[in-house]
Amino acid sequence: MQRPLRILIGKPGLDGHDRGAKVIARALRDAGMEVIYTGLRQTPEMIAEAALQEDVDAIGLSILSGAHGSLLPRVIALLREKGMGDVPVFAGGIIPDEDVTALKAAGIAEVFGPGSSLQEIVEFVRAHTTLRGAAAQ
Amino acid sequence: MTAPADARRALARLLTQIENGDARAQAPVAAAHRAAGRAHVIGITGAPGTGKSTLVSALARAWRATGATVAILSIDPSSPLTGGAILGDRIRMRELSGDEGVFIRSMAGRGAQGGIAAAAADACAVLDAHGFDIVLVETIGAGQSETEVARLAHTVVLVEAPGMGDDVQAIKAGIVEIADIIVVNKSDRPGAEQTASALRAALDLAPRSQGHHGAEIAGKPETRGATGPDDWAVLVLQTTATQSEGISALLERIGAHRIWLAAGAQGAQRQARRSRDEIVFRLRELLFRRALARLAEGELEALAARVAACELSAAEAAQMIAER
Repeated sequence: MQRPLRILIGKPGLDGHDRGAKVIARALRDAGMEVIYTGLRQTPEMIAEAALQEDVDAIGLSILSGAHGSLLPRVIALLREKGMGDVPVFAGGIIPDEDVTALKAAGIAEVFGPGSSLQEIVEFVRAHTTLRGAAAQ
Repeated sequence: MTAPADARRALARLLTQIENGDARAQAPVAAAHRAAGRAHVIGITGAPGTGKSTLVSALARAWRATGATVAILSIDPSSPLTGGAILGDRIRMRELSGDEGVFIRSMAGRGAQGGIAAAAADACAVLDAHGFDIVLVETIGAGQSETEVARLAHTVVLVEAPGMGDDVQAIKAGIVEIADIIVVNKSDRPGAEQTASALRAALDLAPRSQGHHGAEIAGKPETRGATGPDDWAVLVLQTTATQSEGISALLERIGAHRIWLAAGAQGAQRQARRSRDEIVFRLRELLFRRALARLAEGELEALAARVAACELSAAEAAQMIAER
């Protein structure tokens, strides 16, 4: 039997808008995944430690505040410190195109802008976590 | 020496293997059950919206203030349609993050046959063996989970909130009967006193079979319902978890229950009953899985069609499978 994927959805930074994060959480749940939703105003430390304790297969971060340039690479660095550098991290929210290259270079697996479809995100998570699961077995 | 983060990561991975029924978990789980027995396992149950997560967070902080380390196992239901789940209890526990003396794990129910009860019991043993002083298990008080939590935990705290269908809900059998302590949370809201009174009255109406049921009379706890000096009196306490009000009294009462379990003959009986219930539960799971394993591909569907066509009763079909 295939086990459900466990995905952490978090909101780093100080903006108080989590509608997007909740929509993603719901879409992943409806796709049969277990979504650990950590809520608003999370520090990178809180996200990385929650990811460790929950042993998640992927992490999705929603950020609208414009602080993605510092917060997202910090999450990646902390995950690597904790031996969880193999967990794919994807991001969504308001992230200008010109920042995407730098974020990907910092280790963010994918960035989903406002035009992304839920189906696209679900498929991305499936594709990337299957690879990881296969490697871990 | 292992870095703390590595130990926590190993613990988290073992918990995943337990959840998934992974064979690799068997040996470490067996070892954990032998090393367990030091932690106080406390079940926190109650209807959705009563503030369980906030209460758990407030309790955990209170224990941390005493120096005790705390593990939290938070169980939420899975969607019966997709098998997915949104596990959001961490939202209300954010004050605990950054504290290495706290470990929080969210678990999805994974349906009635997902064996989450077995997984939760194993997870508790592993957290206990890992060295946590307190293991808090938070479950939704609906369906069969209330009896499961009684088997899992040394001490069961039932959480209610004002205006949650007071009288009728309080008298409902099952959930009130397994509670060792009842808490009316959100006591800053109107109607909290009435809810507490209704629960105290319900406790008087429904004494436990073991006779250790009591209720608090103003200023004189443990006088009603407790028929002997060895009896445990179920008190109704009031808390407002968002303001940490009533938390120290609850902590004290939970501690008193542990002392009661360890001290008297009734406590020992209770522990023995828990262990027996757990064996019976595991046996049922085991036999059930064995029976299912003997089913040929499509056989269950074929039997189901005959039962649906009234050629066979469901009981007869079950017997055919069991006697294979």
